[in-house]
Amino acid sequence: MTIASVTPTPNPAPPAIEGEAPWRRVVREFAKSWTAMFGLLLLVLVVLIAIFAPLLSPQNPYDLASLSIMDNRLPPGETGWGGMTYVLGTDGQGRDMLSAIMYGLRISLGVGVVSCTIALFIGLAAGLAAAYFGGRVDTIIMRIVDLHLSFPAILIALILLAVLGRGIDKIIIALIVVQWATFARTVRGAALAERRKEYIEAAQCLGLPQWKIVFGHLLPNCMPPMMVIFTVEIASAIALEATLSFLGVGLPITQPSLGLLISNGFQFILSGQYWISVYPGIALLVLIVAINLVGDQLRDILNPRNAQ
Amino acid sequence: MVFIIRRLLQAVLVALVMSVLVFAGVFAIGNPADILIDPEATQAERLRLIQQLGLDRPLYEQYFIFLGNLLQGDFGTSFVFNRPALHIIFERMPATLELAFAAIFIAVVIGIPLGLWAGLRPNAVSSKAIMAGSILGFSLPNFWQGIMLILLFSVTLGWLPVTGRGPVGEFLGMRSSLFTLEGLRHIALPAFNLAVGLLALVIRLTRAGTLEVMPQDFIRFARAKGLRERRIIFIHLLRNILIPVVTVVGMSFGGLIAFAVVTETIFAWPGMGKLIIDSINVLDRPIIVAYLMVIVVVFITLNLIVDILYSIIDPRIRLEEAGQ
Repeated sequence: MTIASVTPTPNPAPPAIEGEAPWRRVVREFAKSWTAMFGLLLLVLVVLIAIFAPLLSPQNPYDLASLSIMDNRLPPGETGWGGMTYVLGTDGQGRDMLSAIMYGLRISLGVGVVSCTIALFIGLAAGLAAAYFGGRVDTIIMRIVDLHLSFPAILIALILLAVLGRGIDKIIIALIVVQWATFARTVRGAALAERRKEYIEAAQCLGLPQWKIVFGHLLPNCMPPMMVIFTVEIASAIALEATLSFLGVGLPITQPSLGLLISNGFQFILSGQYWISVYPGIALLVLIVAINLVGDQLRDILNPRNAQ
Repeated sequence: MVFIIRRLLQAVLVALVMSVLVFAGVFAIGNPADILIDPEATQAERLRLIQQLGLDRPLYEQYFIFLGNLLQGDFGTSFVFNRPALHIIFERMPATLELAFAAIFIAVVIGIPLGLWAGLRPNAVSSKAIMAGSILGFSLPNFWQGIMLILLFSVTLGWLPVTGRGPVGEFLGMRSSLFTLEGLRHIALPAFNLAVGLLALVIRLTRAGTLEVMPQDFIRFARAKGLRERRIIFIHLLRNILIPVVTVVGMSFGGLIAFAVVTETIFAWPGMGKLIIDSINVLDRPIIVAYLMVIVVVFITLNLIVDILYSIIDPRIRLEEAGQ
């Protein structure tokens, strides 16, 4: 969502202006790659669809009164009893797949963004503390992070959900627990590099309070790499949530994310009713690829090694 | 030596911490008595079963009993199968290991040639296609890609079977479905499904390595000597890029076993991963605990091996630790 607000400048900016604002450089560099712009366009489109799903979708998939069980498992393009044409077909309950996907996007994207944002804050706090205080604090925090990252995310999430049970709050907790360590490690690396620089020393010499140095000076300069990780982690959070929901330990049936829609369609695959699984999967894929395209380009721009 | 002992002690400590976490977590799920005991059982029967399963004792006592048993290799008896949990895990383990090894084989055998191709001709259309494919390989959610494989190869084309493990053949005393034709037909889809992520990674690593090594002096020297291009690529180049590839493939082994949970669920592959999902659904706690402890031990052992190997290759790591 943060990324979606980075809009391109209408005209290509003149090359390398002295004293150009950093965000302007990011925007100008970003617009250079057409694949990244394509990704951004897709992402904006998907986010808009997710936000305005109730207005755009032909049917409210949760309103049982508007569903007709007679219309169940209709292939794409078929017209149902009520005279409604189902562009992407219907599922086992006679729900319009297009509407279900739009609402599913909402849940998937929401879960990914919310969990990543909270994990980002926890990771920032832990990573900054480790880098700024060093010594024993650093050792303890980084030992926990290392231990954490030596286990695959899916395993940790699976264990947690086995304990916590199902539910949208529980899967968000599981995703936060899985992801904070990645943020913590990244911000620590960035902060350690920044800490050695002269402006921090200058701030310390001026006798600024510690919190002001950490949050006013250190934190803003650690943000570029965090932006990249944040983008990419949203994609992996969405994929992980979909996987867990598919395995039946994620979201409950009342909150059908894309993963759950695919899972519901899986039972009909063998009888050739492909559309119930395939279309939500394509929506998921488009979402993840769009985020990754944007993230890749951001990485190229914000990587200090590539900056002029 | 001090380094190795330190690492070993750390590993034991981690295993102990994990055992507490796993136990406490799994026992907090809910009241297992309600789920495991037949609701139509009489009160006397119910009490007898609760006592027999040890569910009436306080939690910390249950943990110490559990830890003591664990050290004797006894992970409790499965509520569902009514057999020792560890036996059931070990019964399922070969199927999972077989799947993981097949996936590594596919990733290496397909990934290295494709990566070489893309690295040697970085601007060719075919190379761009390979790289685009590898991005897709990273982005495709594993489970959906598995469903698509079933849809394409089993439902539409009808070439390969959908679910299960084929008959098991025996070769040199090892029993595996890799040794029968029908078994190979069964493992093809699940192994490929599991391999895709690693395959994409191997392609990228090989390509990056090739791009880095090819402009170096020893390659130019080999050319100047008049060696044939094929020899340069397969002897001089490959030997230099294999080290990082082998490291990454080795380290991804644990991840493959974890991700086998997804693959096994889709293809009804009778391994540990499917077992754990089934056990979570029926709250068969001894199995869940045993699985998690086995996985923890596998991971800690893998990390330990990697750490020790690195310390042998790079003495600086050892010295840094000693100087702490």
